[in-house]
Amino acid sequence: MIKTYIKIISLFAFIFSLSSFSAKAVELEFYFPVAVGGAAATTVEELSNKYMELNPGVTIKPIYAGSYTDATTKAITAAKGGNPPPMAVLIAIDIFKFYDEDLVMPWDDILTAEEKENWIGGFYSAFMKNSQIDGVTYGIPFQRSTPVLYYNKDAFREAGLDPEKPPQNWAEQLEYAKKLTKKGSDGNIERYGIRIPTKGFPSWLTSGLIYQNGGQMTNGLGTETFLDTPEVIEAVQYLVDLSEKHKVMRPGTLEWGATPKAFFEGQTAMMWTTTGNLTNVRKNAPFDFGVAMLPAGKSFGAPTGGGNFYIFKGTPEAELQATKDFVKWMTAPDQAGVWTMATGYVAPRPDAWETQAMKDYVADFPPALVAKEQLAYADAEFSTYENPKTVKIFNTALENVMSGSISPADAMKQAQIDIDKILKDYR
Amino acid sequence: MNKKNNLISVFFLLVPGFILLISFTHIPAVKTLMNSFFSTAKGRRPSKFVGLENYDVLWHDATFWKVFTNNIIYACGVIPSSILLSLAMALWVNSKIIGRPFLRFSYFLPTVLPLIAVGNIWLFFYAPGFGLIDQIASSLGFSSFNILGSQESSLFGVMAVGIWKEAGFYMIFYLAGLQAIPPDLREAAMIEGANKWYIFWKITFPLLTPTTLFVSVNAVINSFRQIDHIVVMTQGGPDYASTLLLYYIYEAAFMFWDTAYATTLSVVLILILCVIAIGQFFVLDKKVHYQ
Amino acid sequence: MKTLSNFLGERLNVIGAWLLALLWVTPLLYAIWAAVHPIEYEANFDIFAPLTTYNFTNAWSQAPFARYLVNTVLMTTMIVISQFILCTFVAFAFARFEFPFKNILFALVLLQLLIMPDILIVENYKTIRFLGIMDTILAIGLPYMASGFGIFLLRQTFKSIPKELDDAARIDGAGVLRIIWNVYVPLSMPTFVAYGLVSVSFHWNNFLWPLIITNSVETRPLTVGLSIFSMSEAGVEWATISAGTLMTTAPLFIAFLIFQRQFIASFMTAGIK
Repeated sequence: MIKTYIKIISLFAFIFSLSSFSAKAVELEFYFPVAVGGAAATTVEELSNKYMELNPGVTIKPIYAGSYTDATTKAITAAKGGNPPPMAVLIAIDIFKFYDEDLVMPWDDILTAEEKENWIGGFYSAFMKNSQIDGVTYGIPFQRSTPVLYYNKDAFREAGLDPEKPPQNWAEQLEYAKKLTKKGSDGNIERYGIRIPTKGFPSWLTSGLIYQNGGQMTNGLGTETFLDTPEVIEAVQYLVDLSEKHKVMRPGTLEWGATPKAFFEGQTAMMWTTTGNLTNVRKNAPFDFGVAMLPAGKSFGAPTGGGNFYIFKGTPEAELQATKDFVKWMTAPDQAGVWTMATGYVAPRPDAWETQAMKDYVADFPPALVAKEQLAYADAEFSTYENPKTVKIFNTALENVMSGSISPADAMKQAQIDIDKILKDYR
Repeated sequence: MNKKNNLISVFFLLVPGFILLISFTHIPAVKTLMNSFFSTAKGRRPSKFVGLENYDVLWHDATFWKVFTNNIIYACGVIPSSILLSLAMALWVNSKIIGRPFLRFSYFLPTVLPLIAVGNIWLFFYAPGFGLIDQIASSLGFSSFNILGSQESSLFGVMAVGIWKEAGFYMIFYLAGLQAIPPDLREAAMIEGANKWYIFWKITFPLLTPTTLFVSVNAVINSFRQIDHIVVMTQGGPDYASTLLLYYIYEAAFMFWDTAYATTLSVVLILILCVIAIGQFFVLDKKVHYQ
Repeated sequence: MKTLSNFLGERLNVIGAWLLALLWVTPLLYAIWAAVHPIEYEANFDIFAPLTTYNFTNAWSQAPFARYLVNTVLMTTMIVISQFILCTFVAFAFARFEFPFKNILFALVLLQLLIMPDILIVENYKTIRFLGIMDTILAIGLPYMASGFGIFLLRQTFKSIPKELDDAARIDGAGVLRIIWNVYVPLSMPTFVAYGLVSVSFHWNNFLWPLIITNSVETRPLTVGLSIFSMSEAGVEWATISAGTLMTTAPLFIAFLIFQRQFIASFMTAGIK
């Protein structure tokens, strides 16, 4: 009995030792999420390999970490388990979360005055808004985006609109959407005029409307929101009216992921979605399409979005220097250009748009410029302490408005009260 | 002497399994349980003992009660239908029906398709406008419907996927149960001229009681712990309409990192499951006659 | 008359079975459709749509799926074998011996059935790190090896085996392990097969824990590769997802088709005894 038992146990030990074999070398790990299709993962690896060729002493190990949510889960789990990666690309708006959890360290701690001036100073200021707390830099913009308006030029022609003149303001947007909405012979709507998805990243797109309406969502310090202000309520009203009152947008909450498909299938003539979709739309739209800045309300306006490089507390000094060097290289014009062309993300620095490769790209594909131009009007994405909770409160309120069960004013006032309860500890 | 020998055997049989059980379930579970009496630690604010405050918050959390109700509806819808379907599937696959291998394959299919991928295919089926269901509906003259995007229907959309996923899984157990019934019993009844329904109700079904109880225990547990499809398809929305308890926990734990509240919710969930499942187990053990 | 209604009943029965099967297989049919056609036919069901292999090559190139497949096979094999051995031991003890605290210990086993392992991720991560086996296939499997489900299932099966059989073996002087191996394991084959099936499909599809505990191409399972396609800021690409899903689940399908007969046969032998 004992003999056989020992045999079985040693069989186990054998299986264990086999399966626990793994090669370990000293290396610089970094977690990255993929939010725009698989090409992004390949590009990150190619860039890392290129860096290693140029810097033989350093091993970079990019680790694919799932969606933004998964990547954050993985990074926080690792950090709480005492094993943080030196760096990770994580969603920019979680900055207060990471700060609050005391997981990330300021880049300022490892930068020279010259680097602060020239490197940090060289990013678009719109992108830096989600990257700093009290002027201290916690995130380096990398895979950043902004939403734009895509429209179907064929549908524009069909509706008697000029395909080279996308809507410039809210009134035109609504008017065009009405003209573009088409009923089938059976009375069902075949094509809607516009689609602003309200599931997936609802707070992001809605903040575009709010900024256009001259409103603000937060105080920028992460401690206060302004959801019950008239500017915010009007913007939400405009959104819900598109579907409830004017019937130019499909009713109910609309899935983010299915939005491009609805556009390709001709079921919506205009859509709001990220510039990260440019490559996808260019490849798959079976018709002539145009890209424009989001139409203006009182002014133009849009949020920025996407992910930043963070560095984690507890990283050894030597690794920090190598990390800094790598991130500087990744955001340098040539690499930022490669990244932009492969994915559709917006190169985060003006100088990245000046390389020959980028100039050729933009000349060949002018829509890529729209996002860059829009950055002049862009503001930070909704971001506060306890960000996931406050965003959820806002999104839920918006879902209720979209399903018509509550008025925008009531929903936003209640959301403001709920968020105040959470944020009062941070003031 | 014999008794002592037995104890030694028991010891060696239990030790490897229990080492793993204790180190990966019980110790972490106890640590987690402790968290429910503390506030959530933040890097900059250590957690402090708050007693039953987290439970008090939960008691007054309207969303919790909504989610709880959702889960009850989900369970009441998914458990009976998936069990009935699985029994029908097993009976069909066990009989001499045309195309048996195809049927067996189809029914079992959802068990091997990862929900993380297939959830997206369901998303396509449900998509308003160009989705499969809407295409079929519009060709039959119905108007388009945003199933997952409206509060009234999103829970039911998710339930359908739950039933699809579970039924084939339970079929396997019924199939094993059916195969274990001695064929001579049925043959004898057939010779005496009993019809199929009679045989089913008087012979087959009673003999399947252990399987039914086992499957229902699993169905109860699964209706509280299957959430992959919600993660992919609705993220619990709109307005928590399709949020189930475990998704609510998942959200508190991995999106909000509110560990205290997440564990408080887990403790409640585990208590609910204990009451239902342990109850079932002991009934089951009493009722089922082992040889 | 009776034969007619019988005949009709038979037909209805067959039709019902087939309708349900067709309904159940629709997602697979759709996946095949989307995978072999260009992307513009994702939502247009035109019989004359051109065929393409682009979606497969595209999906295949986005992650090292070949390596992930090897990892997944290694991982599931290791987990299932370990589960069989560990759970058999524990289940046998509960089924055939009397010992102190038996009910309490059994309740502890059942508790594992109720606790969602996902909730314990942070604690388990710490344990794995303490053991120094981060980023290994073993680490993915370890928390699942002693399974309350398996123990309960096997205990139930063992209890239904006539005790006289092992008394007979005992008189022949066989030890506990020999009795398990020679008497209980063969007679419980259907349970092992059913449990194995369930366990393989669970671990084949598990995502969050493997994602968190592994970092390298050498250790990660297929689901991690698949997830690249499914959570995209740029809209869902059904064609690519479908191709990826088909490629990664194909080994399971093939295994199921090949072993279908064996599964049924093993159920049969148990039934005949």
